[in-house]
Amino acid sequence: MTTNSNDFELREAPETQLSILGKIWQDRMGRIGLLMTVSVFTISIIGPMIWPFDPAAVGADASSILQPPNSQNWLGTDELGRDVFSQFLQGSRVSLLVGVTATIIATVIGAGIGISSGYFMGRLDTVLMAITDFFLVVPSLPLMIAMGSIFGQNLTVIILIIGVLSWPRNARIIRSQTLSLRERKFVPRAKSLGATDLRIIRKHMIPHVLPLVVANTILVVAGAILAEATLAFIGLGDPDRISWGSMLHFAFASGAIGRGAWWYFMPPGLGILAIVLAFTLLGHSFDRINNPRLRDAA
Amino acid sequence: MNSVAPILDVNNLTVEYQVKTKGKRGVRIARAVDGVSLKIRPGETLAVVGESGSGKTSIANAIMRLIEPTSGSIMLDGKELTKLAGKELRLARSKFQMIFQDPFESLDPRRTVLDTILESLVVAGIGIDDAEKRKLALEALEKVGLIPAENVGARYTYQLSGGQRQRVAIAAAMILKPHLLVADEPVSMLDVSLRAGILRLMRELSRELQIATLFITHDLSLAWMYADRIAVVYSGRIVEEGHPADLISFPQHPYTKALVSVIPVPEKNIARNRIILSGEIPDPLEIPSGCRFSPRCPKYRALGQPELCISSDPKLESIGDQFVACHFPEKKETK
Ligand SMILES: Nc1ncnc2c1ncn2[C@@H]1O[C@H](COP(=O)(O)OP(=O)(O)OP(=O)(O)O)[C@@H](O)[C@H]1O
Ligand code: SF4
Ligand SMILES: [Mg+2]
Repeated sequence: MTTNSNDFELREAPETQLSILGKIWQDRMGRIGLLMTVSVFTISIIGPMIWPFDPAAVGADASSILQPPNSQNWLGTDELGRDVFSQFLQGSRVSLLVGVTATIIATVIGAGIGISSGYFMGRLDTVLMAITDFFLVVPSLPLMIAMGSIFGQNLTVIILIIGVLSWPRNARIIRSQTLSLRERKFVPRAKSLGATDLRIIRKHMIPHVLPLVVANTILVVAGAILAEATLAFIGLGDPDRISWGSMLHFAFASGAIGRGAWWYFMPPGLGILAIVLAFTLLGHSFDRINNPRLRDAA
Repeated sequence: MNSVAPILDVNNLTVEYQVKTKGKRGVRIARAVDGVSLKIRPGETLAVVGESGSGKTSIANAIMRLIEPTSGSIMLDGKELTKLAGKELRLARSKFQMIFQDPFESLDPRRTVLDTILESLVVAGIGIDDAEKRKLALEALEKVGLIPAENVGARYTYQLSGGQRQRVAIAAAMILKPHLLVADEPVSMLDVSLRAGILRLMRELSRELQIATLFITHDLSLAWMYADRIAVVYSGRIVEEGHPADLISFPQHPYTKALVSVIPVPEKNIARNRIILSGEIPDPLEIPSGCRFSPRCPKYRALGQPELCISSDPKLESIGDQFVACHFPEKKETK
């Protein structure tokens, strides 16, 4: 108890990015997720540089088709006699690209709608939440399939479709966080200084909701990757791009699965499983660390 | 001092809240502030004193235009604040500043002390360069006793104690050279040992910079020590107003008298009649008719429940230097 305003007692150190990573590392599931995520990114960036895939390098004759793993083709060959291993490496890029970019779109829309809804409240909130709830209850996979077949099969369209259909959960969670932030007295204080709504949102809302946005974003990545794989598997993928989903599609369509060519469909299947698991573990770990209470509130 | 014109002139301020009621459909009106008028001169501190629920915060927020008053006028510097809106209101805000009750909630924990003070300057659109803004901010920190300013400025607000944070809030308000400072219970969340320092600082600055200060508190003894005038509010209404010495030594309204009677005094041998009020402050949804204090008024009972007290709402009238809203004010001669 001191009246001297000069002597400062330092409270806990400011939370840095590093300490959040550190906390994830402490968490067993978080550590596994982190290791897996880092490996997947590393493989998908470096892999194709070392073992580039040449889609034109089809087999010369029937003897090179659907060969099991051997010293030349570590994961065997596909129905056209092409190398599965280099295809697998190449395909991971599309999965990650779609996962990350679609998530960015979903996050921007979700955060934008969530923050505006929670901050301005009133009629805007009612309208935005009605829209959000519509997208939340509408089964997104059939909608993606429908939109995919309408708007065509190229990667940009696929990314947009997945992004545009993945934001509602984000919006809900961020809205509830914004609503509670709004009650904090630093908001009326900023207002009483004469700050504009835009400034209050930028300086006093976004920094507070950011950790939550990141946590949720990680989970959305897993969903987006799965969505792309599903679309590609049912044949709505970009025909010019190899992804794990499209590998599965061709393995199925060419009858390779029926012929027991496990080296063809197992790698992309396990790849999808691993990548989705990695992001899910990481996301849940981040979420638990950051906001133990919020998950129930949302 | 009386010759100087007031810089804040509030007339007939009324604040009503719409309260959704269960069962019955629709809303009811809770009148939290009911025709409050007050004036403050430059450099003067007016304390508004009242118990919880009497409408103090509603008065403060309405003057600050954080809530919309239902009716009444708020003149600051001859300008009608209730008529300002949008950008005009935002730009005028630097002239009336507020210190909030809870320094742990009112400063954004994710920003540094320096950022917090700079925000005042940035938001007010003061057209000076960054280096100059920084210099002003550091000076402001020194002025409120947060030294070394460089050192304090680099800290996050959550690293400071409550008293230090409230000093930051004062610095951030004062740097804009406001004409009015509204402080809503600025020390009630602070350790008792820190209260005097904060209130003294506010008073010094308000005198030095000629700021009209509205000091809101539930603690009559703090009002007594740190205000130039005191207005006692009860159930959204000023029931008595006067200079601290007069009001404390000779309260004329039965409510003030009761409040004064329970102020702790160091001299134990002074014979005191502590008046303990029964009941509670009325629900703003159901303000009693006639005098709103009558259900709790000891004098009303002592006088044998005069009809006048429940049939007519007493107006705030001047008696000597004081203003009292009671049909049967204490008279000096009778003492
Ligand atoms: N937003 C609101 N909606 C409905 N009623 C309200 C609202 N804000 C305040 N009130 C009511 O208005 C009355 C006055 O409240 P106010 O907060 O102004 O009192 P106060 O004197 O500041 O009390 P305290 O000392 O507890 O802070 C109370 O009865 C309160 O319940
Ligand atoms: S008017 Fe009557 S009830 Fe009201 S304060 Fe005076 S004596 Fe009490
Ligand atoms: Mg209050």
